Amino acid sequence: MPGANSGAKMTATPVTRVLGVSALAATALMAVLGLIVSPPDVIQGEAVRMLYVHVPSIWIAYGSFALTSISSVLFLRRSRRRADQGRHYDRLAGSAAEVGVVFTAITLITGMLWGKVTWGTYWQWDARLTTTVLLFVTYLGYLALRRLPAEPTVRSRRAAVMALISFVNVPIVHYSVDWWRTLHQKASLSVGRRPEITGEMYWTLLYSTLAVTILATWLIIHRYRVIRLEELRDEEGLEALIASRLNKDVGGH
Amino acid sequence: MSVVVEFERVISVVGSFPVLTGLDLRVDQGEILHVRGENGAGKTSLLRACAGLLSVSSGNASVLGFDMRVDRRAPRRYIGLLGHENNLYRDLGVSEHIEFRAASVGARASDTAAALEQVGFPQQLWTVPIGSLSAGQRRKVAIASLLVGRPRLWLLDEPHAALDTESRKNLDGILTEASTSGATIIFVSHESPATKDIASRVVTMDGGRIMEDSGAD
Amino acid sequence: MFLVARKDLRVERRAKIALGQVAPLALLILMVFAFALDANTSLLERGAGGLYWLAVLYGGTLLIQRSFDVETDDGNMDALRMSAIGMPSLFLGKALALFVQITVLELILGPGILLLYNVGVVDWALLFAAAIAGTLAFSVCGVLWGVMSAGLRVRATLLPLLLVPVLAPVLLAGSRAFETALGVRAGAGWTWAGLMFVIAAVHTALGLGAFGFLLEEG
Repeated sequence: MPGANSGAKMTATPVTRVLGVSALAATALMAVLGLIVSPPDVIQGEAVRMLYVHVPSIWIAYGSFALTSISSVLFLRRSRRRADQGRHYDRLAGSAAEVGVVFTAITLITGMLWGKVTWGTYWQWDARLTTTVLLFVTYLGYLALRRLPAEPTVRSRRAAVMALISFVNVPIVHYSVDWWRTLHQKASLSVGRRPEITGEMYWTLLYSTLAVTILATWLIIHRYRVIRLEELRDEEGLEALIASRLNKDVGGH
Repeated sequence: MSVVVEFERVISVVGSFPVLTGLDLRVDQGEILHVRGENGAGKTSLLRACAGLLSVSSGNASVLGFDMRVDRRAPRRYIGLLGHENNLYRDLGVSEHIEFRAASVGARASDTAAALEQVGFPQQLWTVPIGSLSAGQRRKVAIASLLVGRPRLWLLDEPHAALDTESRKNLDGILTEASTSGATIIFVSHESPATKDIASRVVTMDGGRIMEDSGAD
Repeated sequence: MFLVARKDLRVERRAKIALGQVAPLALLILMVFAFALDANTSLLERGAGGLYWLAVLYGGTLLIQRSFDVETDDGNMDALRMSAIGMPSLFLGKALALFVQITVLELILGPGILLLYNVGVVDWALLFAAAIAGTLAFSVCGVLWGVMSAGLRVRATLLPLLLVPVLAPVLLAGSRAFETALGVRAGAGWTWAGLMFVIAAVHTALGLGAFGFLLEEG
């Protein structure tokens, strides 16, 4: 079995080591830029710095979920031809979804903290927040489906279908909620959130997105590898089982 | 005489467990095959693989002329499967249920009465809800549901279980008659002497493969 | 398709779960809302649309669960797979049966809110259109997600978890449409009803494509 016995005690490789270090460095630089170098906002003051974590997080989350959906499609197409093919797409879908959920949670938490500071409340029924929560719960459900005690191929296939259907659902939810909120304008609160983004703030934001992307990629790769190791362990168990069954036959009669 | 089931080195996996480990079997039309073996030998898996409910990971498998690796759903309408469970809707009346089963395989609903008579199901119970029947009676209803579709290949898992002696003889009669009319029957049974009478061939399974075959050439 | 629907409805007629258990339960929920909101009449009146759909959501989830319990019981899924019934027919048949069952539920809940929450109907056409649209959406989504969680071991808790985020827009739209129909708030009720029809249509298309696959790989 290729690669299984390369003595991999950790899931690191030279590539991911470099990636990991750059993620660390990038995040550190992001902190410096975000907290010190970039200027405070005219209206919101220091609170605007939340922006640099909040916005990239949700973008990365969307990206991850898109990755999940694409992987799911590829998985379904591959697995039609042979029963075990395409498993790497399934693993990718799972790891991307997990990372996506984590970043969605970060988005929600930073959003709530930011809201507390700028509006005075933790929660607001504005379109974005509501849609994000629904997104969060949807993919939480997806992860729950992936963890069910069931035959792995069955589970992977159902999860893949769910990923696709959920993906179609996202614009529906977004549209409904958005429309709901524009019809019921709550005057002042929903407006003051988007500060004018220019100059240093703009670059810091862009850079933060890059930093978070590197971090997320590193996380996805490692999570993927852990999943692969788990599956390898199961597969080795399978071969042992077949061997023991056959031995039993020869010995038993 | 055509080949109904042809399996070569078939391996099937459920989850991460190999239930069929390189199984070879050839069944001709009209045969009544009795499959024996210990618990966990893979007998039920064999039936399910023949029914196309269990996919074949490697090897060659064809049932009723259909290649199971290409499309395992194709032969299903010609197959009657009776598993451990009875596949009954407990809230429906007996004839209602059988009518549904009949219609769902393209048989006529009017065949229902004939099927029920064949299994010896008392007429006064025909409208009774299935949930209030005894285990033996339910088994009969399940058999009748299978009958009504006039399948070419019968796959039965412990069909005699829960039946009394007379009903067993009745079932044996049904099976023999079906076989003479061209159907092929594969049944799994722990029991030895009584059922061996009707079977033309007996195979024993162990560890996911066939170990002994009374009809092998 | 009608074969399957008829079978499902017959099962229901014999077992009398929708009528006998779910409807009274949902009605009770309506009453309990009143307790929770301290029988504040103006609040109940304004919230009647939303509370109605909440009760439908609750009852509907139970009915969807039941619809699939009937199939996973006694290995009936295998029998369905072995039958010659086409997957689209199976999907539509179960959706149709569910539609009828949920409609029955709503026929009881409808008068319920009129009585208990003291609201009057301003726009009957909108009310019915919205109710039909919402029920359609519930039925189709219900069958699709029901089969996705069918036969898996912790399905009783999984189904609501999967279903609620999906049905949230329907709940949203239904409540808004009802509010307009009940004269509680002026608004674009018909557009909301339209949205629900769209959701139903999208999920029907998805279901027709995915149902067979999901049933098979289970």
